[in-house]
Amino acid sequence: MRQREIKRDKRVQNHDNCLPMLKSNPTTSNREQPAPGFIKRLRARINRGDSWLTYDLANLVPGGKIDEELLEELETRLLTADVGVEATEEIMGGLRKRLKRNELKDASAVVDALRTAMLEILAPCEAALQIGTEHRPWTILFVGVNGAGKTTTLGKLAARLKSDGFSTMLAAGDTFRAAAVEQLRIWGERNQVPVVSQGTGADPAAVIFDAMDSAKARNIDVLLADTAGRLQSQTGLMDELRKIVRVIRKSDASAPHEVLLVLDAGIGQNALSQARQFNEAVGVTGLVLTKLDGTAKGGVVLNIARAMKLPIRFIGIGEKAEDLDIFRATDFVDALLGAGSDPS
Amino acid sequence: MFDQLTERLSSAVGALRGKGRISEDNIKDALRQVRMALLEADVALPVVKAFIEQVREKAVGEEVLRSLTPGQALIKIVHAELVALMGGGDSELNLRSQPPVVIMLAGLQGAGKTTSAAKLARFLIERDKKKVLLASADVYRPAAILQLQRLAEQVGAGFMASEASEDPRLIAARALEEGRRSLADVVILDTAGRLHVDEEMMGEIKLLHQTVSPTETLFVVDSMAGQDAVNAARAFSEALPLTGVILTKTDGDARGGAALSVRHISGAPIKFLGVGEKTDALERFHADRVASRILGMGDVLTLVEEVERNVDRDQAEKLARKVQKGKGLDLTDLREQLQQMINMGGLAALMDKLPMGGKLPQGVSQQAGDQQLARQIAIINSMTPQERKLPAVINGSRKRRIAVGSGVQIQDVNRLLKQYKQMQKMMKNKKLFRQLSSMGKGGFRGRP
Ligand SMILES: Nc1nc2c(ncn2[C@@H]2O[C@H](COP(=O)(O)OP(=O)(O)OP(=O)(O)O)[C@@H](O)[C@H]2O)c(=O)[nH]1
Ligand SMILES: Nc1nc2c(ncn2[C@@H]2O[C@H](COP(=O)(O)OP(=O)(O)OP(=O)(O)O)[C@@H](O)[C@H]2O)c(=O)[nH]1
Ligand SMILES: [Mg+2]
Ligand SMILES: [Mg+2]
Repeated sequence: MRQREIKRDKRVQNHDNCLPMLKSNPTTSNREQPAPGFIKRLRARINRGDSWLTYDLANLVPGGKIDEELLEELETRLLTADVGVEATEEIMGGLRKRLKRNELKDASAVVDALRTAMLEILAPCEAALQIGTEHRPWTILFVGVNGAGKTTTLGKLAARLKSDGFSTMLAAGDTFRAAAVEQLRIWGERNQVPVVSQGTGADPAAVIFDAMDSAKARNIDVLLADTAGRLQSQTGLMDELRKIVRVIRKSDASAPHEVLLVLDAGIGQNALSQARQFNEAVGVTGLVLTKLDGTAKGGVVLNIARAMKLPIRFIGIGEKAEDLDIFRATDFVDALLGAGSDPS
Repeated sequence: MFDQLTERLSSAVGALRGKGRISEDNIKDALRQVRMALLEADVALPVVKAFIEQVREKAVGEEVLRSLTPGQALIKIVHAELVALMGGGDSELNLRSQPPVVIMLAGLQGAGKTTSAAKLARFLIERDKKKVLLASADVYRPAAILQLQRLAEQVGAGFMASEASEDPRLIAARALEEGRRSLADVVILDTAGRLHVDEEMMGEIKLLHQTVSPTETLFVVDSMAGQDAVNAARAFSEALPLTGVILTKTDGDARGGAALSVRHISGAPIKFLGVGEKTDALERFHADRVASRILGMGDVLTLVEEVERNVDRDQAEKLARKVQKGKGLDLTDLREQLQQMINMGGLAALMDKLPMGGKLPQGVSQQAGDQQLARQIAIINSMTPQERKLPAVINGSRKRRIAVGSGVQIQDVNRLLKQYKQMQKMMKNKKLFRQLSSMGKGGFRGRP
C-alpha cells in the first residue's frame, strides 16, 4: 500500500525514479535500461500485489490442464480490465486458434501467448516524448475530458522537464473552470517555472498565443499549455479547441509540436471515442494514461492501440510531481501479467 | 448517454420479433446480445451476469412461453429488471433531520464532487429556499478550496473558509459549528478525491463522516467510468454508509453502464445526474425513465420537465402529446421547438430526449448553434401557413421565394427541409417506437 508520509501538496519532489530526458539528449530513448526496481514498482502500483492475469492461475488449472474454463477466466479478466468486447474477442480468438493447433501445452504457455498478443498490440505505441530544439518554444498542448488529469500531468511534466535541464513555461489555457488558473499557478510555484495567465473568462487561444510570445522573448525551451476539460461530444467546445490550434499556428506554423490527450484509466470504453474525436479535432500526437495507481487497469489502451496506434507517452501513478513514468509496452504488459524478470 | 445501449437492446429484442414463440435457443441469442450491449456500455461483468441470470429466469418461465408476442414480453422483463436494478422508485434528498442537515460528498479524483457540491447548493437554494453553507475539507489538491469558494459565490451560498494547512477533520468540525452559528439549513461538505485502495485516505473519510454525521452521504461517480466502478463503489460503500449516488458528466456520449454497476454494488440509490459543467446542470434521477430510455421509449417525461422550465405549459403539453403518440411534427411545431430550443442547449439536447434518443442525423448537431436556429426560424416565418402544414408543396419557385424572404440561400432552405424530413422519418418509421408507445397505453398489462 502506498504510504502517505507527507501531505500531497507538501511533498518534496523526488526524481530518482524518473527516466532521464536530458537536454543533451532530446530524443529520449525508450530503450534504455529501466531504473532499478522500476518493474517492481510499476507492478506494485498497478497490481497492488495481486498480479492480475496470473492470479490463481495454478488453482484454476489443476495439473496444468487447459480447458474452456481457463479460457473463459482469461476472457473475464480481459473484460474486467476494460480491454473491451472487440479487442478481447480478437485476443481470445487468437489464443483459441493456437490451442486448436496444439501449440499451447500448459498454463504458462497460455499466459505467454496472451502476453505476446498484448505486446503485439501495444509495442507500436511505445514512443517517448521528444523535445525538439529546432523550434522555440517547443509547444505542448494538453487536451482531454473533464477531470482526466490534464493540469496535474502538466505540472508533473514541468517538474520533469525542468530537472532535465529544459527551461519551461506554463500557459493557463483553462479560463473556464473555477480556480483552474490558480491550480496551475500553484504547480508553477512548486516547480519554480513561470506561468502566463489571464483572468477566468479570457479567450484561451489568446492566453496561449501571449504565452508563446512571452516564451519566445525569454528564449524558453518548452511551453506547456493547459486547456479546459471538455467532453468530446460538445461540438462548440471542440471547435474552440480547433481555434486554439489555429491561433497557435499564427504564432508558430510548426506548433503545436505535441498534442497530448490525457485519459483517465478509470474510464471505460468511452476512452476510445475520446481518442477518436480529439484526434479528429486537433490531431493528437500522444496519450497519457493517468490514475493507474488505483485498481483500474487501463486495458482500454489496448483497444485504442488496436484502432489508432497512437503513441502512449506517459502513465500517471499518483498525484505528486514524480508520479509520472514513461510508458513501456514490455514493462506495462509484464507488470500486468506478473511475469517480469524482477521478482516481486 | 444511453443511446448505444438503447440501440443494442432494441436490435437484440428485434431479432425475436415475429417469431411465434421464444425457444431456449433464440432467447440465448437475444441474451447474448444483451450481455454484449451491457458490456460495451461499461456495465461491470459481475453485474451483467447477475442481470442476465435474472432476465433468463423470468424469460424462460411460463409467462413468456404462453405469450403471443415473445418480443414484447422480453422487453417487458428487461425493462422491469433494469428499473429494479436501478432503484425502482424515485429518490429524494432527505432534509428532514434537525438543521443544519449535513450532506457530505465522496469519490475518486476528478469525479465531479466540488462541482456537484455547488450544483446541490444552488438546487437547494432555488428550489427549497434553503440557507446553504459550503465547506471544503480538500487540503490536498492545489486550489481546491478556492475552487469551492468561487463556486459558492456564484450560486449565492455561504462559504466557510479553510486552509490547506488545516487538519481536514478540524475543518469538518468547524463547518458544522459554523452551520449552527449562522443558522444554515444545510451544510455541504466537499472532500478530497481519493482512491478506494488508499487506506490512509479511506481512513480519513471515515473520520470525517464520524465528525459531521451527515444525513446524506453521497458517492459521486463519473458516468464514463469503466469496469473498476464496481471496486470503487464497493470500497466506498463499505467504508461509509452511503445514502445516495450522483452520476456526473452524463451530458457526454458515454454509454453510462456505471449507473447500473454502482447501483447494484453499493445499494445506494442514484439521486442526481450531472448534465453539464455549469451550476444549474443537475437533474433528478428517475430509474423508470432511464430504463425506458434504454429500451428506446424516449425520455419523454424529462423532456416535458425541461420544456416546462423554459416555455409555457400549453405548448409543452401539446408537444409531449405529439411526441408520445409518435405523430409527425409539422413545420409550425418545428418553429416553436426551434424558438424554445434557443434556451435549452440546442437541437441535440432536445433530440436526445426523444424516443430512440440521440439518433441525430449526421450533420444536424452542427446546426444547433443559436444563430442557425434563428435563421431557421426566419425561413419558416417566410412560409405560408399551408407550406408549414404541408411542406411537400414547397417546390423550386417557392423555395426561391422563401429564401429571398428570409435573406438566406436556397441551400439553407433545402437543409431545413431535409432536417425536417429526417426528424419525421425518425419518429414515424421506428417500428419499435410505435409498438412501445402503444404498449405504454396498457399493452403490457392487457396481456396474460
Ligand atoms: N491518484 C491519481 N490521481 C491523479 C492522477 N492524475 C491526476 N490526479 C487527480 O485527479 C484530479 C483531477 O486532476 P486535474 O489535473 O485537475 O484534471 P484536469 O483534467 O485538469 O481537470 P479539468 O481541468 O477540471 O478538466 C485531481 O485530484 C488530481 O490530483 C494520477 O495519476 N493518480
Ligand atoms: N460536462 C460535465 N463536466 C462536469 C460535470 N460535473 C463536473 N464536471 C467537470 O469535471 C471536472 C472535475 O470536476 P470537479 O468538481 O473539480 O471534480 P472533483 O471530484 O471535485 O475533483 P477532485 O477534487 O480533484 O477529486 C471539472 O472540469 C468540472 O467542470 C458534468 O456533469 N458534466
Ligand atoms: Mg485542469
Ligand atoms: Mg474537488
